[in-house]
Amino acid sequence: MNATQTFIALWTLVLKEIKRFTRIWPQTLLPPSITMAMYFIIFGNLIGPRIGDMDGFSYMDFIVPGLIMMSVITNSYSNVASSFFSNKFQRSIEEMMVSPMPNWVILAGFIFGGMARGLGVGLIVTLVSLFFTRLTVEHPLLTILVVVLTSALFSIGGFINALLANKFDDISIVPTFILTPLTYLGGVFYSISMLPDFWQGVSMLNPILYMVNVFRYGFLGVSDIPVGWALAAIFAFIIALFLVALTMLERGKGIRS
Amino acid sequence: MAEPALSIRGLTKVYGNGFQALKGIDLDVQQGDFFALLGPNGAGKSTTLGVVCSLVQKSAGKVSIFGIDIDKDFAKAKYQLGVVPQEFNFNQFEKVIDIVLAQAGYYGMTRNEALPRAKQLLTDLGLWDKRHGNARMLSGGMKRRLMIARALMHRPKLLILDEPTAGVDIELRRSMWEYMRRINRDEGTTIILTTHYLEEAESLCRNIAIINHGDIVRNTSMRELLAELDTETFLLDLAKPVSTAPEVEGFEIQQLEPSQLALVIHRGQQLNGVFSALSEQGINVVSMRNRANRLEEMFVSMVEGSQRAIDQRAFEQEAQV
Repeated sequence: MNATQTFIALWTLVLKEIKRFTRIWPQTLLPPSITMAMYFIIFGNLIGPRIGDMDGFSYMDFIVPGLIMMSVITNSYSNVASSFFSNKFQRSIEEMMVSPMPNWVILAGFIFGGMARGLGVGLIVTLVSLFFTRLTVEHPLLTILVVVLTSALFSIGGFINALLANKFDDISIVPTFILTPLTYLGGVFYSISMLPDFWQGVSMLNPILYMVNVFRYGFLGVSDIPVGWALAAIFAFIIALFLVALTMLERGKGIRS
Repeated sequence: MAEPALSIRGLTKVYGNGFQALKGIDLDVQQGDFFALLGPNGAGKSTTLGVVCSLVQKSAGKVSIFGIDIDKDFAKAKYQLGVVPQEFNFNQFEKVIDIVLAQAGYYGMTRNEALPRAKQLLTDLGLWDKRHGNARMLSGGMKRRLMIARALMHRPKLLILDEPTAGVDIELRRSMWEYMRRINRDEGTTIILTTHYLEEAESLCRNIAIINHGDIVRNTSMRELLAELDTETFLLDLAKPVSTAPEVEGFEIQQLEPSQLALVIHRGQQLNGVFSALSEQGINVVSMRNRANRLEEMFVSMVEGSQRAIDQRAFEQEAQV
């Protein structure tokens, strides 16, 4: 394939993915906005004033970046996991496999599709948060960079999950038993400076903590951890997982007999 | 001589559980051919075609499509190839038009190129009116035609049809045959067909390979194969019932029903003599037809022969142990 044909193939796949999740918007775009509005009402408006300030900010201002990031992570991951697995299940993945599209284009197409949904939901949640607080963004470029990278990272994660999955249950295990606990314990609702030293150390092993903190730093200008390290770690994870996913795809893991 | 449309040498496939699906097969399909690949279920047909279109990883051997080695440049080879699989393999929730346009996009076709092509193919295959409907709303026959349209979007020179008319009613099947004949004749598309309807293979294909237990047991022209048929069985419907099967010297006749006889004709025998002899005995034949399709008789005898050879080898090996 020449460069133009490769671009057309990639664009076709990305558009197809965007069409998929917008076609089923009551399942994909609406629920996160309702759920996050509940978080804002209950934790921000009702309980937040009793908690008081967190790292020098109102509790509502503190949790907004974390909740946006939480929805980006969950939606990026689940979009790719469910879409790719559904392609495997219905065997429509064969449409792509018999075509001359390189494997990296297939992978990139699904990643961009996941990012489109993750970032789209992130934008919706951000707009919903404006009903509850007045957002300020201290470092706009950094904020955009980290949310885009995080979305890409979890889209790749969803892809690997779908490649390995043999049944629909397999694509809900990771989000339920790994992603959700790591996100809740990743400093979305609290500052890790509140934890005893031991648990602060344990928290530092949680990769989501770095993403939430850098994202919050972009909005508020405060972070529990060094921003440079966090960005480097996200980059490293993206490259490593992309290579893992591509190798699995080249070997036909889960899709070729 | 032009490169074969498909050339397979020493193709072997051993699955993870140790099952050897292909045992080093060789096969050539010439450009412009209408070729039948036949075999019983589990013989290795779909595995062979799966390797050709990259859905199955081969264990050993070489596959070339129009002279392009798939190990060297599979992407280039795939441009020559269109695939209509046995199972429906499109997203059932997508619109018909989106399915064919997406496939064109995967081959790098622009929308301006793809739209007229989609219109032409969907019209030819009777699906243009359904283009905005969800694929899951189509009938089984329409879904099969949708897969044919999808496979032809990028104008492949080699079309693989893996049981394309399974579950399709006879009228529609015949219209699909006519369509396949047309693209083979008018556009020069090489077609490889697998089917369980042997009448279909006999009617459409010029050359044939029969695969069984992962080996090609026969690879020849349809004409040569049918010429080897030693016997043919005809069913004769009689004007009046008879109490016993009539005897005609040199012919084997069985009574199936009071008004129906089975007549076995060996190669070289003339039919006229039978009718005269029956007429002399006061038996009038009102209609006659083949009991089984000719190719079917040949196919069954070859598959059974290959099975007997395998059983014999197994028996001999066991005896040596």
